[in-house]
Amino acid sequence: MKKLLSGNEGIALGAYEAGVKVVTGYPGTPSTEITETLSKYKDIYTEWSVNEKVALEVAAGAALGGSRTLVTMKHVGVNVAADPLFTMSYIGVKGGLVIVSADDPQSHSSQNEQDNRHYARAAKLPMFEPSDSEDARQLTRLAFEVSEKFDTPVFLRPTTRICHSYSVVDVNGNERKEVDCGKFERNLSKHVMIPAYARARHFDVEDRMAKLKEFAETTSVNTTEINDTEIGFITSGISYNYVKEMAPNASVLKLGMIYPLPENKIKDFCSKIKKVYVVEELEPFFEEQIKVMGCDVEGKKFFPITGELSPDNVAELLYGKKELLPAEKILARPPALCPGCPHSFVYNVLKKHNILVSGDIGCYTLGVMPPFQVIDTCIDMGASITAAQGLEIADPSIKHAAVIGDSTFAHSGITGLINAAYNKRNTLVIVLDNSITAMTGMQHNPFSGETIRGEQAVQVNYQYLAKAVGIEDDNFMEVNAYKPDEIESAIVKLSDSGKLSLLVVKGICVIYNRKKNKKKEGV
Amino acid sequence: MDKVFNLLIVGVGGQGTILASNIVTQAAMNAGLDAKKSEIHGMSQRGGAVFSHVRFGKKVYSPVIAKGNVDVLISLEEMETLRWTEFLNKDSQLIVLNNRILPANTAEYPQGLTDKIKSQFNNVVSIDPEEYSKKLGNAKYLNVFLLGVLSNYVELPEDCWKNAIESLVPQGTFDKNYEAFLTGKECK
Ligand SMILES: Cc1ncc(C[n+]2csc(CCOP(=O)(O)OP(=O)(O)O)c2C)c(N)n1
Repeated sequence: MKKLLSGNEGIALGAYEAGVKVVTGYPGTPSTEITETLSKYKDIYTEWSVNEKVALEVAAGAALGGSRTLVTMKHVGVNVAADPLFTMSYIGVKGGLVIVSADDPQSHSSQNEQDNRHYARAAKLPMFEPSDSEDARQLTRLAFEVSEKFDTPVFLRPTTRICHSYSVVDVNGNERKEVDCGKFERNLSKHVMIPAYARARHFDVEDRMAKLKEFAETTSVNTTEINDTEIGFITSGISYNYVKEMAPNASVLKLGMIYPLPENKIKDFCSKIKKVYVVEELEPFFEEQIKVMGCDVEGKKFFPITGELSPDNVAELLYGKKELLPAEKILARPPALCPGCPHSFVYNVLKKHNILVSGDIGCYTLGVMPPFQVIDTCIDMGASITAAQGLEIADPSIKHAAVIGDSTFAHSGITGLINAAYNKRNTLVIVLDNSITAMTGMQHNPFSGETIRGEQAVQVNYQYLAKAVGIEDDNFMEVNAYKPDEIESAIVKLSDSGKLSLLVVKGICVIYNRKKNKKKEGV
Repeated sequence: MDKVFNLLIVGVGGQGTILASNIVTQAAMNAGLDAKKSEIHGMSQRGGAVFSHVRFGKKVYSPVIAKGNVDVLISLEEMETLRWTEFLNKDSQLIVLNNRILPANTAEYPQGLTDKIKSQFNNVVSIDPEEYSKKLGNAKYLNVFLLGVLSNYVELPEDCWKNAIESLVPQGTFDKNYEAFLTGKECK
């Protein structure tokens, strides 16, 4: 039977078929639906981890324990998980370990456009990139095999256009293949990375890179199509489709395995084709390596580093600029807080007071937009609480506050709060608790009291946490998000106290509430 | 169908563009065609402009339509029609539902857009949402109604549409939705 699947569903299907046993991750557009899809299978353990570092470490343990394991995150999540990542490269796996890094060229819903192919190179790990949903499924299955065969974590790098585009997948015979990888085996010099063992393992990593390079030459996912020998393209992922669409007669070398590169295959291709272009989104990652191989190719001279590519970029290269109807000037529809959003009341209060507000990442970042414009900084998850400390050190003469959502607070806010207490800072930390991770589409978290499957779970207690950190009893308050007067008096009181304070503003996300009620009514 | 058909559906978050694009894509698959569709979810969805590219034919590579190449545009909102002109050409078929949704923090909806659209494009079907909401009994069937209008401009067998609607609309709403589709078919 043929089904229309998103790239994320393709990855989930491939993982299911590969017999994945453990799936961890932290939500992040465009990766979120992979873990959500897999959570519906009862025979697979799935969790929303507290953050990406935790997700990768739980996954590392599971893989060392012999389970085929998938861990999912968006591109910036890999920054958070980078510490275990680099050392897991030395340690290797027992059950296959596949790390999905969903990149976001065009920054559709991210704070930057980083190109995570660089992580494969930096951590010396193989990386695959799908070009549609069927490809995503096949490459996920292959990634598990490669992981076990070469004793390495493996990256799968889809981009937003792949994750969220739909294409036809023939799901006939989608059987799950259980794979027995054995159990954890004690092996101190492989699993305990003290310097002496790490130095030795580095040699193994280099040997593995050499073997992976050989594999890249022969794997069927790097394919050469020789057509017109005047012009050819080396490309991967979504860009492959743009090339095929606009240059159907050109020769193409499509890379399904994007690190390490198949040097001989590339040289051979370039020797047969007169003019070769490299088409890749973001950085000249292939182009620079291919130029080092001594091949005469062009890439970023014709294609932008910024943003996504489109069929139009390839068309322009081949046929010149197309005459288009002029773009109209239309009123923008910038994203805004939903009507009735609990976050909006706090912002109305903050707007009235002269406080420097360090913001964080979530729906509440929209406090930067009119009519509020109350957030002064937004860097990365957790940085509200910590950047506020630095701003306060730099200028103690003004009032400072941090605003952070419940999921973000669990992700990486709590360590910052401990830092504030330990280092005698006086920040006012405001948690905007809407009972859910709203920005990424309603995922549970340690403050919402449910697991990914909706099972009951512990709900971290803010008051005990404040106490444990060392915040004085009078400097902890919890208020109702829909009572602006109470919010205001709490902010004034805590801010005037001049001591480190935690204010929790509670109000359920309006969209989540609607969903929950619908579910109750059985609609 | 050797040539790939390019359909762009646009509107504002919450108008049901995704259900509509799912149904067309499924209808094309039911007809044995290759199909792809692309949309971006996430931040842009909250009250923002939304779009869905749908492409089908013998073999489809890009899920994204090249600029200037749209065969049919379905717009569920008047102003949104003009946000995507770069993807259209003078002869693109436009199916425009004249809903007017004021962007957040804006005082006034721009005037005279329908005339502007009609002067710029040769083929425009302009639909009054109130008239047809009444006719269909509920505004929520308007998206499937628009697919009925679309069916006049694309060669897909009737039963492919019917099966797609049946398999994708919420349970218990097929009759109403299919009726809406047939009403749309009469609207050229
Ligand atoms: C390192 C990292 N991981 C994931 C994300 C994606 N992301 C953006 S906001 C957010 C969580 C927001 O949840 P919460 O703090 O509860 O705020 P809400 O959106 O509910 O207001 C996530 C997971 C990110 N930007 N950075």
